[in-house]
Amino acid sequence: MEKFTTLTSRAIPLPIENIDTDQIIPARFLKAISKAGFGENLFRDWRYKDGKENADFVLNNTTYQGKILVAGDNFGCGSSREHAAWALTDYGFKVIVSSYFADIFKGNALNNGLLPVQVSPEVLKEMLSVIKANPQTNVIVNLEEQYIAVEGTGIKESFEIDAYKKMCLMNGYDDIDFLVSNKDKIEAFEASRTI
Amino acid sequence: MGKTLFDKVWDSHVVHQVENGPQILYIDKHLIHEVTSPQAFNELEERNIPLFRKEQIVATADHNVPTKDQHLPIQDLLSKKQVEMLTENCDKHGVTLYGLGHPYQGIVHVMAPELGITQPGMTMVCGDSHTSTHGAFGTIAFGIGTSQVAQVFASQCLLLSKPKSMRITVNGKLKKGVLPKDVILYIIAQLGTNSGTGYFVEYAGDVFENMTMEGRMTVCNMSIEMGARGGMIAPDETTFNYVKGREFAPKGEDFNKKVSYWKTLPTDADATFDKEYTFDAADIAPMVTYGTNPGMGIKITERIPSKDDVSFEKSLEYMGLQKGEKLLGKQINYVFIGSCTNSRIEDFRIAAEYIKGKQKAANVNALIVPGSQQVAQQIKEEGIQAVFEDAGFEMRQSGCSACLGMNEDKIPAGEYCVSTSNRNFEGRQGQGARTILASPLVAAATAIAGKIVDVTEEIKELELV
Ligand code: SF4
Repeated sequence: MEKFTTLTSRAIPLPIENIDTDQIIPARFLKAISKAGFGENLFRDWRYKDGKENADFVLNNTTYQGKILVAGDNFGCGSSREHAAWALTDYGFKVIVSSYFADIFKGNALNNGLLPVQVSPEVLKEMLSVIKANPQTNVIVNLEEQYIAVEGTGIKESFEIDAYKKMCLMNGYDDIDFLVSNKDKIEAFEASRTI
Repeated sequence: MGKTLFDKVWDSHVVHQVENGPQILYIDKHLIHEVTSPQAFNELEERNIPLFRKEQIVATADHNVPTKDQHLPIQDLLSKKQVEMLTENCDKHGVTLYGLGHPYQGIVHVMAPELGITQPGMTMVCGDSHTSTHGAFGTIAFGIGTSQVAQVFASQCLLLSKPKSMRITVNGKLKKGVLPKDVILYIIAQLGTNSGTGYFVEYAGDVFENMTMEGRMTVCNMSIEMGARGGMIAPDETTFNYVKGREFAPKGEDFNKKVSYWKTLPTDADATFDKEYTFDAADIAPMVTYGTNPGMGIKITERIPSKDDVSFEKSLEYMGLQKGEKLLGKQINYVFIGSCTNSRIEDFRIAAEYIKGKQKAANVNALIVPGSQQVAQQIKEEGIQAVFEDAGFEMRQSGCSACLGMNEDKIPAGEYCVSTSNRNFEGRQGQGARTILASPLVAAATAIAGKIVDVTEEIKELELV
C-alpha cells in the first residue's frame, strides 16, 4: 500500500447523496480477476450515456480536476465490493470527502490507501460551493494533523480517524502483516475455546 | 450490567485488544464466492502466505452464473473465467466448493443456513454485504471487502473496532398479507438508509419471535440497507428446530451441549443499547419502494411524498415517477421473485399459494429464481413448480440472477420490475432498469394483475400468513 501523509490538490464536486457502490462501479464490470483497470469504468453509467460521453457529468468536464472527490452525504452505501475503492484509486483519487461514509466502503478505502475524510454537513456545503465557483481552488488534506482546509478561504476542519488506521496509512502497512505477526495469539485463542 | 446478545458473541471471539486500536476478532466461518475472492487469493499467493484454516471456509458460485442450462459451459467468457478461477483456487488451496452442478450450490446466504453451516453464537463473514442474513440465527455475520477476505484467509481473524448497538423492537401482531419483507422495508423507510451506520442491530419483540427462520433471514438480510453492518435475532426454539438435523449441524449429545450454550446468548434484561427504536406491528402494511434507495418506500396504498431536494428529484426522474403519484394500479411488465432476501422455500410457498389456479397477466415477464439447488428440488417436490409453470411464470436455476444482473438476467432500460430483491439502486437490475422492491406476495399479485394491487384487499379470503 502507498503511504499517505499530506495532499494538496484541486477537487472535483459531486453533490449527490447516497452514491452507492453500484453507481461507483456497476456489477457488470466486476468480472475481472485482478485489481487493475477498474478506473475506466468508474461511475460508468453517469459518465457515458447511449455509448457517448455525457458532457453533463462532472468527470467529463475538464474545468474540474484533482485527486480529491467531494461527494454528497452517505457515500459508498450498498454492496461490499472493494472494486469501488479500486475504481476510485485506479482513476487517480486519493481522498474522498463526504459528510457520511458507509461502513464497509470506509474500511475498503482505508485498506487501499484511499482516505475517506468525514466533514460536517456545513463544511461539505461550503466546500462544494467554493469549488464549484472557483475550480482552481486547492484543498489541503493533512493526515498527520488530521485536518482538511480549503486554500484561500477560512474553511478548515479537523477529522477523525482510527489511530491504528492512521498509523497504517502513514507507513503504508496493512492489516495482513499485523494479523500474521499475531499468529501465536490466534492459535492460543483457538486452543483455549471450550465451545 | 447485563450484556446484549451481540456483546456475548463478540466478546467471546476477541483474540486480542490492540492498545489504543482495534481488536483482533476470530472468525468461525468464512463463506466465499467467485466475484470477491480471486484478488484475495492472488494477494496471498503474491505474499507467499498459506491459508490459515481452510476447513473453516466454504465456497459457492452464485453471483456470476447463468440460471439457464447450468450443465453447459458458461457462454460469457469473462464470467466463465471467473467461475473457473474459483474452482481452480479452491482445488489448489483445499477449500470445499459447491460449484455449478453441485446439489448444494446456491446463493451463499441461502446455501449456508440450509446446510446447517450457520449456527447461533458464531462469527461469520463473506465478501458480500448481505452476509447480515445469517444474523437471523443469533450469529454475528457481516460483509467484508476483498482485502479482508485475504486477511481471514491468512489468519482466520479481522482487525475491527466493536460497533455500537441498536435495538429495534416491533411488538403486536402483523396484519394479514404483511410479510417479513414489509416489516424491514417499513423500518428502513422510517429510519433512513444511514441510520444504522456504525451499529449492529438486534431485532426484538413479538413480531420477530413469531417469525419463521426464513422470515428472520429476510429481515436480517436487509439490515445493511439501513447502513448497519449486521442484524441479529436471539436464538430460540424456532432456531434450534431449524438447525437440528441439517447436514453440518452438530449431532446427538454435541447438539444438546450447543443448545444449552445457545440458550445463554439472548440479551440480558438489564443490558442497555446505544440506540433503541420501537414500532407497532399494527402500523405496518405491504410496502413498495418508489425511488433508488431502499429507504424510499411507502405503504402500497400511499402516495409518493413531495420533497424539494436535488437527490430526491434525480431519483424520481430516474424512476419516471412524480411526486404525489400513487403506485397502486401502475402497469408493470417485469416481476422477479428471487435473491438472498426472498428465494427460500417459504417465499415460494406464499407466492404459489396466491397464484394457484390463476394466470399471469399477458404483459408480464415473471421470473422465478430459487436461492439454491435444494430449494429448487423442494419446489419441484412440493408441486410449487407446477403451479408457477401453469400460471405462465418462468422457472430458472439457482443464483443471484436479476438481483444484480451480472449474468444475462437483466431488466430492460426504462422498464419497471417489481422485485423481491433488496436493492433498487440505479441500474442494479440492468442499465436503466427501474426496480420496485416488494414482498413475494406483492410480486406474485403484480404478476397476476399486470399492475400493482393492494394485496390486503386481495387476500381476505385466502389463508395466508
Ligand atoms: S442475491 Fe443479490 S444481494 Fe444476495 S448475494 Fe446475490 S447479488 Fe448479493
